[in-house]
Amino acid sequence: MATVPKVDVGTDYKEKYGFFVPEDFVFKAKRGLNPEIVKEISWMKKEPEWMLKMRLRSLEIFRKKPMPTWGADLSVIDFENIFYYLKASDKQSTSWEDLPPDIKKTYDRLGVPEAERKFLAGVSAQYESEVVYHSLQKELTAKGVIFTDTDSALRDHPELFKEYFGTVIPPADNKFSALNTAVWSGGSFIYVPKGVRVEIPLQAYFRINAENMGQFERTLIICDEGSFVHYIEGCTAPIYTTDSLHSAVVEIIVKKGARCRYTTIQNWSTNVFNLVTKRAMAYADATMEWVDGNLGSQITMKYPSVYLMEPGAKGDVLSVAFAGKGQHQDAGGKMIHVAPNTTSTITSKSISKGGGRTSYRGHIKMYPDAKNSKSFVKCDALLLDDESRSDTYPYNDVDAENVTLGHEATVSKVSDEQLFYLMSRGITRNEAETMIVNGFIEPFTKELPLEYAVELNRLIQLEMEGSVG
Amino acid sequence: MADFEIRDLRASVEGKEILKGVTLAINKGEVHAVMGPNGSGKSTLSHTLMGHPGYTVDGGDVIFKGQNVLALQPDERARLGMFLAFQYPVVVPGISMTNFLRTALNAKRGYDGKDKSKQVTPKEFRSLLKSELEVLHMDDSFLPRYINDGFSGGEKKRAEILQMAILKPEIAILDETDSGLDIDSIKFVAEAVNRMRGPELGVLIITHYTRILEFIKPDFVHVLVDGRFVLSGGPEVAERLEKTGYSEWGHAEELKPEEVA
Repeated sequence: MATVPKVDVGTDYKEKYGFFVPEDFVFKAKRGLNPEIVKEISWMKKEPEWMLKMRLRSLEIFRKKPMPTWGADLSVIDFENIFYYLKASDKQSTSWEDLPPDIKKTYDRLGVPEAERKFLAGVSAQYESEVVYHSLQKELTAKGVIFTDTDSALRDHPELFKEYFGTVIPPADNKFSALNTAVWSGGSFIYVPKGVRVEIPLQAYFRINAENMGQFERTLIICDEGSFVHYIEGCTAPIYTTDSLHSAVVEIIVKKGARCRYTTIQNWSTNVFNLVTKRAMAYADATMEWVDGNLGSQITMKYPSVYLMEPGAKGDVLSVAFAGKGQHQDAGGKMIHVAPNTTSTITSKSISKGGGRTSYRGHIKMYPDAKNSKSFVKCDALLLDDESRSDTYPYNDVDAENVTLGHEATVSKVSDEQLFYLMSRGITRNEAETMIVNGFIEPFTKELPLEYAVELNRLIQLEMEGSVG
Repeated sequence: MADFEIRDLRASVEGKEILKGVTLAINKGEVHAVMGPNGSGKSTLSHTLMGHPGYTVDGGDVIFKGQNVLALQPDERARLGMFLAFQYPVVVPGISMTNFLRTALNAKRGYDGKDKSKQVTPKEFRSLLKSELEVLHMDDSFLPRYINDGFSGGEKKRAEILQMAILKPEIAILDETDSGLDIDSIKFVAEAVNRMRGPELGVLIITHYTRILEFIKPDFVHVLVDGRFVLSGGPEVAERLEKTGYSEWGHAEELKPEEVA
């Protein structure tokens, strides 16, 4: 797709995404984090004993682990001021019409029902802590595809769930995976049976509405041998003066010969801390692709990773980050080559504007068995002014022989010549800069379904006009 | 008063004075050629007229439609009806020519993302593009490609002329459009410009060589040497230069272009 139609910006973030509806909930846990809150969440969800134990154990791990200091500045997060669980509706709907009016209005405004009608095979919508809407095309259900929220999966598919949950990202992996495992709620659960190809995307839409809310969704995707699925998630929140926390964990298992693509278009408001752990295990000849677009948020720390476990496994990360005033996007990717003949690429594109800061942080690890493996990392940063900042932190550990590892990094500014050329055709400076930025991220945009590409370009346009946040 | 008037224009680059007082009046319907040896200030003239930020105006006025365009941003000058065909068109990756042309046309029409009545409709745009391509005898294969990305020299210049045809300026400056082109491409560009000639268009051709003037017959020719016009006249000036080059002003350069394969 070479061109994206130009979209009108009649509204700004505040109108389109930044609105909020009054809180109306059936259950809201008290502020703060302690074993009682964790027990309460588990009790509300009527969970089996093993899950409660795992949650409590994870809470202990979270408390013991020090705050990571190697990346963005997280010292400002006040964990005691956050609501860890909020249930806005006491039932899950399969029809938009059945949603409580406030929630329905929210998703209508965000255009989600329309998107479902147009081009999605299944939709899940999470509001605060719980998934409130869910649908999947009948043909896919008949083929044995499971697409549900993670809480229902624990209840309805307990064996499958227990076999994989926490195996890709154990609670002790890092402080925030421990936190997520302690208080997780909602998220998507997908199982694609052997040989089944889900040709149109499945989508989940995550929305934080309440102030000081913590959203801790937990996503688990299992692609059985030879299967294919493309999963897309979108995230937004209103603009409050106080902070919210989004700390998700996404675990993916891609079995022999299967392919999974996971696309994120995250557009949090600029008071959200976004600290997400995403990891996939790719087995023989399997392909895992992370397509990760990070706009908004105050701080994002996210490094999707692929463990290339068996020969022929392939991993890709394609990410875009946009940091405006007061924002720090610390993003990148990790490729862990465990087996021979595995390949990986990381392509990172970042844009900094108005004093915003982007960092690329990447890790390529090649274990001794990973001979004849290849990895290529390319990071390009575009700075829109002199106050903005971009850094690159690549870490490479190679313990294998006969491997190829490439790294390319560029930092550029919007060139005067490009601006002059576009402006000499009557295009305003702001629009010319937006075009250059959209052109810069085009390798990313072209990987998105058209509707998302249009939306992303529109979001970039909003960011460029400085009307966001 | 002429439609487009350059009055005593003086400009410098990085503190070095290049244009030392250029005065020129262009009416719509006229084709003017500015010729000059290397370093005479030809590209400074074209860039200054269009408002490139790297060129400093030290004095003078450029009056077009009652405004001093030197006070305007390049995009404002373009929307007023000026056009510059670049000597070295710039590559902008990731944006297709189609998208670029549409955005530029919308900008020219004053569409700012709000008043939809000013926006070119997809149907109107397609038919406009189709008819201009036909007139220019161009195929549409380069439209999905990124702006000037991987274009040959000839393709770049043709793309400039297509932009001109779509945007329909009232004052067009062609900056060394003939440089680096083979004779077929020069003929092509010249034919296209000739087709656009008419009472609504004034043209300023900036060139080192007389060759393009064999195909686009100028009404007036001005010789620029060391930042000043040293000679102005009709087409006969070009014929004189064809014979003697710039030698009478102390420049021994050849006036025959390098052979282009």
